[in-house]
Order: sequence, then C-alpha cells, then structure tokens
Amino acid sequence: MKLTINGKPEDIAGENLSVVELLKVKDVEMPDMVSVQLNGEILERSAFETTTVKDDDEVEFLYFMGGGSL
Amino acid sequence: MIALSQDILAEIAAQAESEAPNEACGYLAGRDGVALERYPMTNADASPEHFSFEPREQFVALKRAREAGFELIAVYHSHPATPARMSDEDVRLANDPDTIYLIYSTPEDRIRGFTVTRDKRVLECQVQVTAETPR
Repeated sequence: MKLTINGKPEDIAGENLSVVELLKVKDVEMPDMVSVQLNGEILERSAFETTTVKDDDEVEFLYFMGGGSL
Repeated sequence: MIALSQDILAEIAAQAESEAPNEACGYLAGRDGVALERYPMTNADASPEHFSFEPREQFVALKRAREAGFELIAVYHSHPATPARMSDEDVRLANDPDTIYLIYSTPEDRIRGFTVTRDKRVLECQVQVTAETPR
C-alpha cells in the first residue's frame, strides 16, 4: 500500500490497516500519545481502531506534547 | 547537541516573560541539530504549572517547517518559578524519543536540553548558544 506518511512516500506492507496498526508499523508504542491527521483532517483518538488507511492516503502523526514544572 | 542562536534564546526568554505566570511553549525547527526557526505555540493548559500543545497548531507547525525544508527538532517550554530540569511530569509526558526537550527557567535565566528514552531515562543534551544564527 502506498501512503504518504509525515510528508514522505512509503510502501507499507498489508491492506486495510487500521490507524493503530499503522502506528505500530511506524514503531509508535503508545498510540494514545499521538495525534493523527488523515488526508488533512484530525482524527479522534477513539477512531484510531476503526479507521483504516488505503492507497494514496496522506497520514501525519505527531506526539502529544506536554509537561509541567512540578 | 543542539545549537541555537542568542536571538532565538532571547525570543524564548521574552515569550516566557510575556506569558508568565503561565508556562510558555513552542517548537524549534531546523536541520542537523541546528535550530533555525522558532514556532511559539499556545499553552492549551494556560497554567503556571503545566503545558500542552494544541494538536491543530502542531500540524500547522509541522507543515510550516516542512515547507521551509526543516524538521521539528526540539520542543521548548518555560519553568516560570522552578529550575531548568526535567520535572516528573515532564518525564512522564515525554513520549518522543527523537526530539530534544528544552527547558528555560525564568528565575535562573538558563536553558537546558534533554532527551528521554523509551524507558524514560533522561539524558542531558548540550545546548550550544551561538552569537549568530548558524547556517
């Protein structure tokens, strides 16, 4: 499957991968800690399991960024 | 190691000052460990003790960096009243093993850099402040 992931074209093995499965392929161990944009739309985390990616999709993911001083 | 100019450091300090008492935050973009642009971000927590990025702004910053031919190489935030060290919460929420976490302490007027491994080991990363923007 040909995807564009974080701006780079990639060939990903498999079909009908869910977003969670794709994140695992991309070595993301904690999918709950990333935000995903699929074809320009931010995906709710609750939809990561049920949303599948297909040929030519554009996927962006970024880690949640946060912290505190205490 | 990360290199950033005195100008970028001064901008981080000014942002920290202007957003105090809340924490200020943002990304640094660049390449090969050299920070060339600063993207201030909204602290969605609007808190003196916490910060988080707003995902929509994160994606805008990512695309801005990419269009400039850069990568997001560091995340910075201020500690308005505490030292420039990784707090327990900073470590807990540091999920990206590939980025550099910069902390600017307002009372110390000091910036320090860290990386955090997947098993939550904190490693200090040298921050080189240069007189001019490195190219």
